[in-house]
Amino acid sequence: MPATQAFASHPRVDSLDPGGFQARLADGLGLRIGPFDVHIKARATALAEPLYRLYGHYPLLDDARVFSCHLRLEELRAALPKSVRRVRFTVDGRQPHDDMPAEQALAVLEWGFNLVIALRFHRFLMLHSAVLERNGGALLMPAGPGHGKTTLCAALAHRGWRLLSDEFGLLRPGKTAFVPIPRPMPLKNASIEVMRNFAPQAELGPSIEGTIKGTVAHVRPPRDSVDAAAIEAPARWVVFPRWQADARLSFEEVPRAEAFMSLARNAFNYEVVGQAAFETVRDIVDRSRCYRLVYSDLDEAVELFDRLARGVGAEVESSDGESQALPVAGEGR
Amino acid sequence: MTESALPGRSAKRTVSERSDNVRRLVKRALNDPGSLRELEPRQLDLTLRLMRRAQLLGRLAAQLQRLDLIDAFPHPVPDILFSAIAGAETRARVARWELDRLAWALQDAPDTALVLLKGCAYMLAGTPNAIGRAFGDVDLLVDESMLPSIESQLIDHGWLGTRLSAYDEHYYRNWAHELPPLTHREREVEVDLHHNILMRTARLKPSAAMLLDDARRLAGSRYSVLSPVDMCLHAMTHLLYSGEMESGLRELVDITELLRHYGDKEPGFWSAFWPRAEKLDLARPAYYGLRYARMLLGAPVPDPVLAASASAAPPAPIGPLMDRLIPTVLFPPHPDESSRHIEASRLLLLVRQHWLRMPPLLLARHLGYKAWLRFRERKPAD
Repeated sequence: MPATQAFASHPRVDSLDPGGFQARLADGLGLRIGPFDVHIKARATALAEPLYRLYGHYPLLDDARVFSCHLRLEELRAALPKSVRRVRFTVDGRQPHDDMPAEQALAVLEWGFNLVIALRFHRFLMLHSAVLERNGGALLMPAGPGHGKTTLCAALAHRGWRLLSDEFGLLRPGKTAFVPIPRPMPLKNASIEVMRNFAPQAELGPSIEGTIKGTVAHVRPPRDSVDAAAIEAPARWVVFPRWQADARLSFEEVPRAEAFMSLARNAFNYEVVGQAAFETVRDIVDRSRCYRLVYSDLDEAVELFDRLARGVGAEVESSDGESQALPVAGEGR
Repeated sequence: MTESALPGRSAKRTVSERSDNVRRLVKRALNDPGSLRELEPRQLDLTLRLMRRAQLLGRLAAQLQRLDLIDAFPHPVPDILFSAIAGAETRARVARWELDRLAWALQDAPDTALVLLKGCAYMLAGTPNAIGRAFGDVDLLVDESMLPSIESQLIDHGWLGTRLSAYDEHYYRNWAHELPPLTHREREVEVDLHHNILMRTARLKPSAAMLLDDARRLAGSRYSVLSPVDMCLHAMTHLLYSGEMESGLRELVDITELLRHYGDKEPGFWSAFWPRAEKLDLARPAYYGLRYARMLLGAPVPDPVLAASASAAPPAPIGPLMDRLIPTVLFPPHPDESSRHIEASRLLLLVRQHWLRMPPLLLARHLGYKAWLRFRERKPAD
């Protein structure tokens, strides 16, 4: 698909003024978000403004097309004057979960879209991982919740790495190039302040309190990442990051079999894709260098990734305390 | 005519125009998938959403794949269709594995007939409706005398029963035509063990022994399926006498495809059909099944069979009412519109099905008990 051209020809969200955006959103508007064309119709207080800011760079689509999904967010009329206002999320007329507090509208929409991708689009193998690109190679960062994946990803996206996704390593089975799906990155709790200090230029959405993951604030993806959303990136590095308070920086190579198992186990739909998933993950591990990273200081970690990208041996201490030069040549074996 | 009458009328017309459009698009997708390429994009978008809602997107996608047409559609349609195919293939693979494990667990009873019903039966029998079909559970029909030993063998091999209240346990064991669902502790597929195709308490009393006697062992398999006529009769009975009709259209597609397939391939299918329906005490569901498969999806039913089935038509006021309710409930609602009239029709049909499943006094007790439970559940929240 000549997606690059298709991309360039669409007006951007910020070609509308905020009022115009709000009106379009209430009637339903189309956005191109990576490989997905999403129709969003939302009537909820205080949603249009942050959505306009976070998705300002995204291509705006007309209605004469097939959409990957139709998302709808509707604020419900309060049953009693003092009862909690709630929003209802529906996708193609179905309601996948209970109504949520209205203040969480933005988070509900973002997580709702994640849910739709994960449950529906098995055309893609979906690894649970952040993906960034530098010098034409993709860095895969798979990690569980609380390991600082999103924080690290948002940090790198503001230091010369192109954001492909903070959540989904999307692949077409049989290929080892990642399909970008840049989206706002949800920082949680203490990470919000960390990011404000680390990258004052980063644009953040409102802090949403009391969600199942605590306080959440979304970082707007850099414009360059959104503009390059049609350009895929082949796997080059796999790094399993783990943030640990006061830990000394440690960076060590992971055996491929172990990297394979971790990637496969954390995929959203490994069993669904089946044999092709096995082959794809094997190919990714085959062509990548795989490491485990433990860090406490964001600057230190980001600097290490910088050296990794430049192919310079990174001098750090391994967990047994011995200093060693790590082989970080760009190409896989 | 007063002015205030006008908006109401036009609104009414729009509702019916909209549902006409929904039905037209769904029928087109079912009958002539290739022609979807000519649809205007907004209509194609609506069609795909409707087919997803009706659980027929996997089937549509598989048909388009056979025609090698998926990549002829614009972005993002191929992703949507290939995703639906991957989903359907996964469910089929999971079901095949469950069947493999069930056969292994029951290997000590090699002579007990294990008759697959519905989705798994279509899959193993290779009927045309199996392609891309969505299905969830494994449904097995076995001789009632064998149920206790089969259940205990499965429990010995890691399947777990569903934890039920004493009342629900009683419902299943004494009134239902199946045991409470079993699920293996390492997997998610529900296994339903049936000893008949209708509840014990239902008005119609099909003979399970007759169904089992005519079942056919699949070549090279541990499993059997119902004879072609019985398979169709069961699909019709299931559509009209059980459940909420959430997947009603998919079931009517099953019926239509099975009639077309076996009418063509199975010698004597049509001449055996109606006598068998009467013999199994399934004439009424067979009447409805033939009627709606023909009326809504153009199933080819020979005239003599149609004429014979007229003897099982419902009494005068019911027929026209069903003709209105059934299509309303079968076709998926427009995903963006409120569907209050569809919900009302659904409720009426649900009432009918309950009525047919249990004698009045038992039904009154059952519904009264369920209402009491709901009332008690609600109370703490107040």
